[in-house]
Amino acid sequence: MMSLLSIQNLCVRFGTLEKPFLAVDGVDLNVDQGELLGIVGESGSGKSVSMMAMMGLLDGQGTVTADQMLFDGKELSSLGPREKRRIIGKDIAMIFQDPMTALNPSYTVGFQIEEVLKVHLGMDRKVRRQRAIKLMREVEIPDPERRLSAYPHQLSGGMSQRVAIAMAIACEPRLLIADEPTTALDVTIQAQIMDLLLRLQKERGMALMMITHDLAVVSEVAQRVVVMYAGQVAETGLVQDVFFHPAHPYTRALIESIPESCRGARRLSTLPGIVPGQYDRPSGCLLSPRCPIAQERCVVERPELIRYTSRAVRCHTPLIPLQELKS
Amino acid sequence: MFSFILRRLAILIPTFFGITILTFLLIHLIPGDPVMTMLGERNIDPEMYKSMMARLGLDQPLHMQYLHYLGGLLQGDFGKSFSSQSSVWGEFAALFPATLELGICALLFGTVFGILLGVLAAIKRGSILDHGVMGLSLTGYSMPIFWWGLMLIMLFSSTLGWTPVSGRISLTYDVQPYTGFMLIDSVIAQIQDPEYNSGAFLDAVMHLILPSIVLGTIPLAVISRMTRSSMLEVMGEDYVRTAKAKGLSPRRVIFVHTLRNAMISVVTVIGLQISTLIGGAVLTETIFSWPGIGKWLVDAIFRRDYPVVQNGLLIVAILIILVNLTVDVVYGIVNPRIRHAR
Amino acid sequence: MMNQVLSKNVSAASVVEMSYPSPLREFLSSFSNNKGALAGFCFLVLMVLAAVLAPWLAPHDPLMQFRDHMLQPPTWQDGGSVSYLLGTDEAGRDILSRLMHGARLSLVIGFSAVIITLLPGILLGLAAAFFPNTAGRLLMRLADIMMSLPSVLLAIAIMAVLGPGITNAMIAIAVVGLPGYMRIVRASAMSELNKDYVMASRVSGAGVLRLMFIAVLPNCMAPLIVQATLGFSSAILDIAALGFLGLGVQPPAPEWGTMLATARDYITSAWWVVTFPGLTILLTVLAINLVGDGLRDALDPKLKRAA
Repeated sequence: MMSLLSIQNLCVRFGTLEKPFLAVDGVDLNVDQGELLGIVGESGSGKSVSMMAMMGLLDGQGTVTADQMLFDGKELSSLGPREKRRIIGKDIAMIFQDPMTALNPSYTVGFQIEEVLKVHLGMDRKVRRQRAIKLMREVEIPDPERRLSAYPHQLSGGMSQRVAIAMAIACEPRLLIADEPTTALDVTIQAQIMDLLLRLQKERGMALMMITHDLAVVSEVAQRVVVMYAGQVAETGLVQDVFFHPAHPYTRALIESIPESCRGARRLSTLPGIVPGQYDRPSGCLLSPRCPIAQERCVVERPELIRYTSRAVRCHTPLIPLQELKS
Repeated sequence: MFSFILRRLAILIPTFFGITILTFLLIHLIPGDPVMTMLGERNIDPEMYKSMMARLGLDQPLHMQYLHYLGGLLQGDFGKSFSSQSSVWGEFAALFPATLELGICALLFGTVFGILLGVLAAIKRGSILDHGVMGLSLTGYSMPIFWWGLMLIMLFSSTLGWTPVSGRISLTYDVQPYTGFMLIDSVIAQIQDPEYNSGAFLDAVMHLILPSIVLGTIPLAVISRMTRSSMLEVMGEDYVRTAKAKGLSPRRVIFVHTLRNAMISVVTVIGLQISTLIGGAVLTETIFSWPGIGKWLVDAIFRRDYPVVQNGLLIVAILIILVNLTVDVVYGIVNPRIRHAR
Repeated sequence: MMNQVLSKNVSAASVVEMSYPSPLREFLSSFSNNKGALAGFCFLVLMVLAAVLAPWLAPHDPLMQFRDHMLQPPTWQDGGSVSYLLGTDEAGRDILSRLMHGARLSLVIGFSAVIITLLPGILLGLAAAFFPNTAGRLLMRLADIMMSLPSVLLAIAIMAVLGPGITNAMIAIAVVGLPGYMRIVRASAMSELNKDYVMASRVSGAGVLRLMFIAVLPNCMAPLIVQATLGFSSAILDIAALGFLGLGVQPPAPEWGTMLATARDYITSAWWVVTFPGLTILLTVLAINLVGDGLRDALDPKLKRAA
């Protein structure tokens, strides 16, 4: 079965020609129809930037290159701006982290939802209004008729995120990208929004790419996961494989740092150091300064991403020897 | 919303008193004896001197004079000009429409072109157009406007002969000051006597062009800069990113989503130009011999016509404060967050 | 900073390139990348040199009237001569020399006016921020009142009280600029006061004076420097305006604005008398504003994004 979205060797370069900064370095991603893919990583891992680059939202800041960016068989980079706009917002939709700033404060919520319907589906006013109400009901906004004329600052965080979701699913997209959709919300609301997203995904058969730093969530809901570090893919595979038998030391460190993993221990497990930024990129493996099992080879040579069927690892010294992965 | 306005008005009251104190003190600190100036500084009969002092109330202690002054103000008495003996308020009211007309035209010029250029510069950020607009804005901002006026007169009036040099309308036309606005009055005059006054309106327009450009230069510079930076700031906001993620066309993203929010800051700046306009009017009216309150105030200062200076400044200050208040209120209406505050 | 090299598994040191630029270098490189700011800065240096060296560099005495050469055009026109490069004015004085000496007047007055205002402006602004309910209210009310009159008008009114002349012009401009600095310092200080490091400082027992001058003030410097630069440029414009109206520096002193006051009558006959003084004002103010913009862009990275 052909993937819905297939990205190969995506790179996003900032800075000058003399001193380029690769925020995204050779990322490969695939999502199948109806699949739930989790993308995890710390801040600075390039997970958001890669998706924004694919959607064309980086706006001239940074150079985006890729060997391939296929969506439903169409090569995205070869599309003209108008054709691309027919896909973005309609077949591929994205919701962002902070719902309080994601909505335009000068227009009503109803206007903003109906806008998508007007621009992409050409619906007329009455139909739009009805459909907007229906959408708001689907995302569990109570009293939608009245809420249509509300302004974003009159809504709470959870309510605003529901509006954002309504705008995103309005045109029945095949793929929804959710960039840390619950991070900025209260804990109780987080669970509600997660459930909402999952329900919508199942009901509509939508593919969902969930970008998050919350491993626990990913392990519960996703089928496959991509672990990113400093702009590169560290490891990818089926969730049960990656989380129960991690091959990359970074993945293991992430898993061990979840409080639940440390039950009984006196200290939370951490990985010392921070993600390298623009000025301190190691010349070898990007994790080498922090990696507990780094070898000499790791410090001088950048590892390549090595692929086996559903699994891929970028490491000179993977936790699971390559022979075992092949099987 | 209502309480918002009330609170603003409440602040007005101490400010009003503060200004009256300021203008009162200003005049009374002037060295030299106003009575002597009035009477001509020759051999003055001590009796006349005393009676003049008493008439002007200058023989009373300072705070009594102030209270007297304040009392008069609250009754609407803004004093009489020393030289013309007509009421200061009357002179102000007669001359204000000229300045108002000039100011409105200048502001229109500055706003329309300012917003246009600012939006263009923001959309094409980093391009030659952007640098050009920024350069133009900086130059306008740095311009001594009295020189700018002279240069324009030199070019357009003397050399090219396209525009007249001074005044509001050629003396050949017979225009009655019904409204005080030459643009309106000239149309009325043209209707009243089509043969004699034909071309009066056009003439009035020609007289307005150069002064409006000169006076409007600084507002143009400020507004274009503000529009550009406001647009750029809004363009970086999350909701503009959402709009793009919705697949909206660039035109829609700019005109529906960005402009609307960028204009909020720009509106405030436009309103605040009133202060710049009045200050600039002083210089512009002097150069173009435009009979407005700027010229009136400067002439009064030279003439040592204290009532005019004192109360004229007072009226101007109150005007500016009222306009700023209106701008505040309009801002509150335009910005939905304040409008719908619970 | 960090980047710990690892454990027993590795013998060689980690080859990590660290190249954080220092704040001074970042500032200098940002400023020098701004071509406009550099150009403005160079022009200003030239202007300051011309002003300082005027008594020696200027070809003639600025007050000397050459009766035989009244209203002589600049060199490149018919009738001009090399000894009066930019021509002469209506009293036969060499315009170039007058411009150079005028630079001394404008730069000194402008600079002094800014300095005179800075100290009280900073003190009052800090007082307003640290005591918002007492001094703050009063000072802001005062500032509002002063700012309710256009600066030119207020300066004119003050000059009317004090009488014309250089020192009075300096005082008038200083007074007019005061509320502006007060507001900026107060706004800056108030936003700093809300920050955690001030809270931490307070908790560890810092007194008011220490908080004011050691903790808060350094962080207000950036907008203050920018405001001072822009204040310098508007001071020069105000001085010229006062001179033009006959209220500032009096003739025959070669202040640029004063030169323009008498030049009005010669628009049609002697364009150079009108053009050059004003052009000098424009270029000088433009240069200062370019430098001010460059400073602002270089000093405050947040503003860099929007400007």
